[in-house]
This record gives sequence, C-alpha cells and structure tokens, in this order.
Amino acid sequence: MSAQARAAPVVDIEGLWSIFTTAGVDAVVHKDLNLRIESGEMLSIVGGSGSGKTVLLRKILGLDLPSRGSVTVLGKPAAQLGESGAASRVGMLFQHGALFSAFSVLENIAFPLRELKSLPQRLVKDAALVKLQMVGLDRSHADKKPADLSGGMIKRVALARALIMDPPLLLLDEPTAGLDPDSADAFCALLRSLHRELGLTVVMVTHDLDTLFELSTRIAVLADKQVITSGPPKDVIAFPHPFIQHFFLGERGQRAMELLREYPFAV
Amino acid sequence: MAEPISSPAQDASPSVVVQTTGSGRQTVLLGRWSAARLGDKPGGGKGFADLAQALADACAGGPDPCSWDLRQLVALDHTGAQMLWNAWGKQWPKAVELLPDQRVMLERVARFTAQTPAVPERTALQSLADAALRQFLGLGEGLLLLLGHVRELIRLVGQLALDLIRLARAPQEGPWRDVSGHLYRIGATAMPITALVGFLIGVVLAYLMSQQLRQFGADAFIVDVLGISLIRELGPALAAILLAGRSGSAITAQIGVMQVTEELDAMKVMGISLGYRLVMPRAIAMAIAMPLIAVWTTVAALLGGMLAADLVMGVTPAFFVMALPDAVQASNLTLAVSKSVVFGLLIALIGCHYGLRIKPNTESLGQGTTASVVTSITMVILVDALFAVIFKDVGI
Repeated sequence: MSAQARAAPVVDIEGLWSIFTTAGVDAVVHKDLNLRIESGEMLSIVGGSGSGKTVLLRKILGLDLPSRGSVTVLGKPAAQLGESGAASRVGMLFQHGALFSAFSVLENIAFPLRELKSLPQRLVKDAALVKLQMVGLDRSHADKKPADLSGGMIKRVALARALIMDPPLLLLDEPTAGLDPDSADAFCALLRSLHRELGLTVVMVTHDLDTLFELSTRIAVLADKQVITSGPPKDVIAFPHPFIQHFFLGERGQRAMELLREYPFAV
Repeated sequence: MAEPISSPAQDASPSVVVQTTGSGRQTVLLGRWSAARLGDKPGGGKGFADLAQALADACAGGPDPCSWDLRQLVALDHTGAQMLWNAWGKQWPKAVELLPDQRVMLERVARFTAQTPAVPERTALQSLADAALRQFLGLGEGLLLLLGHVRELIRLVGQLALDLIRLARAPQEGPWRDVSGHLYRIGATAMPITALVGFLIGVVLAYLMSQQLRQFGADAFIVDVLGISLIRELGPALAAILLAGRSGSAITAQIGVMQVTEELDAMKVMGISLGYRLVMPRAIAMAIAMPLIAVWTTVAALLGGMLAADLVMGVTPAFFVMALPDAVQASNLTLAVSKSVVFGLLIALIGCHYGLRIKPNTESLGQGTTASVVTSITMVILVDALFAVIFKDVGI
C-alpha cells in the first residue's frame, strides 16, 4: 500500500447535517458533524437512543442523502455507492440480517456475484461456499431458507453475503444485538479474525459494551448532534462529558471495563 | 379509632367509609384498590362509578378538611394510587395516614403525574377559525400528496422505460427467472377464478338480454350484444379488476414486506437497481399475462352466454359461433388486447409504487395494500372509459 493511499481516509464526513421533517417540524439529528475513518480501523459509533447512529450508517451507505455537508467513501460521494457492483466497495450487515426470504442461504450469499451475470455458475457457487464456511457455518446449511435459521446463523449468513465481493469497508449495525452471550462472543471472535486476516476497515454501531471494548480500535461518541470525541477506548472514557460518564462508568460499564485490561488492543 | 364497618380481609371489594371521630371527619379506605379489582364489573359496571363518586364526596364534603386513613387497605397498586391522587386534586391532603410502601407508591405516582397545563380558553369564533384553517391546510396537504403520487408514478414509468432499454441492449442478462415466476403466479394461477367469474357473467348477461330482445323479436341479435359487450368491454375489464385485486395487492405486499425487513436497503447497498430487479419483471409479467387472461375470461364469458342463449332463447351454439365473426369486427380484438396490456402495466406499476412507499411498520403495510387495490381498480375503470371515448368509432 502506498503512502498516499494510506493517507486518504476510507470514510470522510465533513459538516454533515441530517434533518428530518415530520408534520412540519424539523428535527435536527446531526449538526455540522465531522468524522474521518482511516484504513484498517475498527471504529465503533456509540451514542444514546435517537442520537442518530443508524442514520449515520445509512448516510455512509448512501441510502439517505445528507441535508447539508458531504460524505465521501473511498474517494467518491456516498450517493454514488449504490451503482452496480457496489457490493465490491462496501459490505453492510443489517441489524436483522435482511436476508432475502425467497432465496436459500447459498443463493443469498451468492446474490451480488450472480447479479454480475458474467461469472460462470460453478465459480459463483464455489465462492459462496467458501464464504459460508469462512463465517463458521457448515456446508449442510447451504440449501436452507433464512426462516429455518437461528438468530446467530442469520447474522453469519448476512456477514458472508456482505463479504462475498471482498469489500474493503464493512459496516455493522448492532452486530451482537439479539444474540445469546455465547453466540455474541463467537461472533465477536469471528469479526476480529476477519478484520485481522482481510485487513478490513470496520465501522459498527453497537450498544453492547462487551463488543465495544473487545473489538474497537477507536470509539466515536455521538452526542449533542455531533461526534463529541473519538479516540482509543481509554482516552474516550477519560473524556469529561455526562453521557460518557453515564455510558461507560455505570455499573454495566465497569464490568465491561474488565475486558479492557484483558485485551490490550494489539491489532 | 372506630371499628371498620366490615372486615377488610374478607371483603376485598374497594370501598370508602367516612367516619366522624373525636378529632373530626376521617375517610377510611378499605379493600383491594388494584387495577383488576377496580375494573371488575359486579353491578354492570356501576362499581367504579359509585366508588369514584364516594371518593369525590369524601374529598368535597364538609367545611373542615378531612383526614385519610389508608392503612387498612388490602392492596394498593399504581392504578388505585392514581385514582386516589387524582381525587385529591393531585396534591397531598392535610392529614393522611399510610404505610411506608403506600407512601412510596403514591410519591412515585405524584412524581410522574404531570400537572396538566392550563389550556387557554378559546372563544367559539377562535375555534371556528382554527377548524377552518385546519380544513384549508388539510386541503393543501391532500393536494401535495396527490401531486407526490403522480410525480412518483411518472418517475416509475420513466425508470421502467430506461430499464426496458437496458434489457433490450443485453437481453441475455435480464431477470428472466423472475419474469417467468411472476408470469406463473400472476397468470397461470389466476385462470380458474377468472374463468368462473367470466362464465357466470356471460350467463347473467344472456338471461337479462333475452328478456329485452324477445320483446322486439330480435332473438338473433343476442350474438351481437354478447359479442360486442363481452369482447370489447367486459372481458378485459373483468380480468383487469380480478387481477388488480389478486396480484396488485400481492405485488404491494411483497415489496412492502421487503421494505419492512430491510431487504430493499440490502439490495440498494449491493448496487442492485430496484427498478430493474423488482419493478420491471413484474411489469413485464403483468403486461404479458393480462391480455392472455383477458382473452381467456372473454372466451369463458362467451361460452356462458352461448349456453344460456341456447337454453333460454333456443339460439344454437352452432348459429352463435357462425354469427359471431359477422357481429364483431376483428378490430375489437385488437382494441381489447392492447387495452389489456395497458391495464396490466398500470396494475403492476401502481402495485410497485405503493409497495415502495410503505414505511417499515405493519400499519403502513395494510394501508398501502388497500390503497394499491383501490387505486388500481379505479384507474383501470378510468382508463377503460378513456379508451371507450377515444376509440368510439373503431370496430362498431
């Protein structure tokens, strides 16, 4: 990787405003928000309910357009991401998986590849099988329908689908929400090894403090309609802001902090 | 202290007892002041009203403030506490005796019961003006909504045209599996019901006509009447209305559920065009299935009419079949088929339009599906009328 490529951020958000209008009343969710995400980072976005975390992800994906300001992803405006072949640039893991219910597991994973219409069926199937096993699922699950899968398996299949075209940027919306502790741990371990092996840039939104401390190399805190601080977990915790004090240093936060001592963030 | 009138442990129904003791009036609350108990309707729903009345009397009665005793309550839950708190006028009475956990509960209720802000009184004229303004704004809102729908539909038609051009450029890459799937679901599975409805309408029409035609001795004209009305109008219209109800709603519901489960977002994120992948296959399938189903319905209706004509008027099927080509010009067939293609496209586009507008919640899904069916049936009849006016000189 050249020095210049290293310098260019994967995601660059400048002066972003998000305004929703319901019944004639404007609700400002983001106000002049700035955020840079560098290559190879594992950034977690945290914030209270309604602070616009998921909205921010949708802006990065180009699903919603910024009211003001710019969102640049991999050197292009986010709005252009939705063009054909987008799956090779950004992978997205939706909170509830968003698997296509009409397709089998393998068809779901292979969908972005198959839509290219230029690769032979055989190759597409093999590539999908590799991804299926990469996320820790057995080949025997390939022909099941999403409705027959457990919550943890749905997330794994959705992850495999997001990774099918090896995008450099992976976005995760609440990756461990709704998983039992065992599955959540396993899923975290999987994400960590994928991050290390594939050199992905990962951006995730999460409420789960365990996941947060176990995975993130950097945490960005959304409050007061802006990113009030971002940095390594230790620095963020030290930041004097009521939300941060509540979020990290409450009872649950204290327990999760134990993890911080176990994992010294040698990524 | 005076003995309570009845033992609270046995009589669990909530009650209010006002006593006069040495130190003045005292209200004692008895029984089980819980939501389930208060909601009971022992005397046909009178229980609660009586209790509320007794409570209000206890609060209001007498010049000197009355003291309260809650200690003999069997149970008090948040609903009971709320009732009491409201009866007290949302403030603590001068003197109240209660157990510690009752106090905690009442304090919690007090903390979360907002003092309703005093609404400034509006005069009759002002409220009338308000209503008028709301009406006026509602009118504008409705108009904007309608314009939004029209704009969206035009956009959808334009997108469909672009997608069709893309398909024409690279037909081998088209979503043909989807098209064939929709063709089967929209077309093939609709055949029994459309045939049945068509057949019955044919029978009904023939019976009705036979009465009129016989009066003029014009029995043979049954062929003309049935032929023209069924082939030109009723066949295509019936088929379109049935398919609008059957497949239009299905299209909206399918796309709407994909919206609810974020599948549409997932497709957008993968860079897959919703127009090309979702709208176009449905539109193509509808545009192919609709004329076929229309012809099928027409044939079934003609069969029904032929049968009825034979039974009622003695017009033999052989004569019917022979006379039909003379009675109905071939241009009617062309008109019916081309009309059906337009109906099919309309139903598919309206179905997709409402499906894509659905918000991710169940209520929106129901509303969208209903609106889709109602709109597409209305539009089918509207466009049918338009065709009737424009092509009034063709084929008759």
